[in-house]
Amino acid sequence: MIEIVNLKKSFDGREVLKGIDIVFEEGKTNLIIGRSGSGKTVLLKNLIGLMRPTEGQILYDGRDLTKMSGKDLKELRKEMGMLFQGSALFDAMTVFENVYFPLEMFSPLSKKEKVKRAQFCLDRVNLSESGHLYPSEISGGMMKRAAIARAISLNPKYLYCDEPNSGLDPQTSLVIDDLIHDITKEYSMTTIINTHDMNSVMNIGERIFFIKEGNLEWSGTNKEIMSSTNEALNDFVFASDLFKKVKEAEMAEESSNTKS
Amino acid sequence: MLLSLLEKTGQYTLLMKKVFTKPQKMSVFLRQYISEINKLGVDSIWIVIIISFFIGAVIVVQIKLNIDSPIMPRFTVGYTSREIIILEFSSTIMCLILAGKVGSNIASEIGTMRVTEQIDALEIMGVNSANYLILPKIASLMTFIPVLVTFSMFCGIIGGYAVCLLGNIMPVADFEYGLQSFFKQFYVWYAILKSVFFAYIISTVASYYGYFARGGSLDVGKASTNSVVMSSVLILVADLLLTQLMMG
Repeated sequence: MIEIVNLKKSFDGREVLKGIDIVFEEGKTNLIIGRSGSGKTVLLKNLIGLMRPTEGQILYDGRDLTKMSGKDLKELRKEMGMLFQGSALFDAMTVFENVYFPLEMFSPLSKKEKVKRAQFCLDRVNLSESGHLYPSEISGGMMKRAAIARAISLNPKYLYCDEPNSGLDPQTSLVIDDLIHDITKEYSMTTIINTHDMNSVMNIGERIFFIKEGNLEWSGTNKEIMSSTNEALNDFVFASDLFKKVKEAEMAEESSNTKS
Repeated sequence: MLLSLLEKTGQYTLLMKKVFTKPQKMSVFLRQYISEINKLGVDSIWIVIIISFFIGAVIVVQIKLNIDSPIMPRFTVGYTSREIIILEFSSTIMCLILAGKVGSNIASEIGTMRVTEQIDALEIMGVNSANYLILPKIASLMTFIPVLVTFSMFCGIIGGYAVCLLGNIMPVADFEYGLQSFFKQFYVWYAILKSVFFAYIISTVASYYGYFARGGSLDVGKASTNSVVMSSVLILVADLLLTQLMMG
């Protein structure tokens, strides 16, 4: 379980996170949503220790990340996998080498077993035929899948995804969403996703956290979003006509059910 | 400006503290080291040979044209050319050229990794990114730049010899005699030792600018330019200090 207690982060006196309290449940797909500039990425960077908060605690099963030494943080990071917005695959390595790299650095397995594990991870994301290619030779969706394979190679407890669908077409976005969701269930990971994509929210979001101007404005499940009366959340979620219509349809269905 | 200089020096020192630690996996470090020698060193051999050959030839022509006088001994051209090539051209000027070629390569490579979050990805995995990326570059340059400098000395002198032989600007025997006159082996070691210091400057300064690059491709370009400017200035300052220390 990851618990955030009164998390604050300022840059040059400007407060970006204004005291956030969140509990990310174990084995679930947690989504952080919010407008651009609301503090989502800063929150994620604090969670993985790439930024140090100004105030507050980040507890990983009771271990406070904000008070960890560099060595302890390194150990904790071995339990984390991360899918970056731009995939962040190593340009100089092939797709296979990218997936093999964390295993080579940290896994106690034999070389043969490491190769087998890397191949398994590539198979899991349907990239077994593309292992020999360099990141510059594959598509954006394939890059995301390769990055997921790399993130899960060490069997992490926590998976972080920063805008996993950015720059992808709707169909590929669905594939990535399903992959993340399936992997979360398969490995009982705690997954935290930063996203703008409302399709992802509706498809895979088990717990949703809506951040507005550095504060946690709303939290709940994807079902609860539909019936929420939070104005800021509604403005954000139902900004598109499509979702407005979906909500209207759901409400109409609900009222007809109540009448009958 | 002073504050910014102090801040950069502090940042550089802290980065070096992260760099000079035991590699997390020696086999990975050795593989990176060999790859960097190949990429940064071996790939620079041709440019070193070409530049040194022609500059060596030009030095001989210029000296011959400018100090040709009945009162000067005929071996002066060979002697002076050798001293210039060994003492300053092959060690200092060649390292300034390498600061441009190799330094900008290092800064842009690490800078691109920074802005595309590849360095963050390493950190998230628990890899000491500074040590993993920078130490092999420092080690490979400090090993291979002295080799390039030795190549440069040899090619510079061959260039001078060739211009005497083919350009017929002076008797080859006089040039050879000059090359062998008053030779001090220490000068060669002095030049090689200087190049080790310069290799350290090139690799660490370029890595520093790349590692702390922020923004996009424009900022990476800027970091690369700044690294070349800063390493060139530092090489010249170090040259003066080392010359005073070792020759003074």
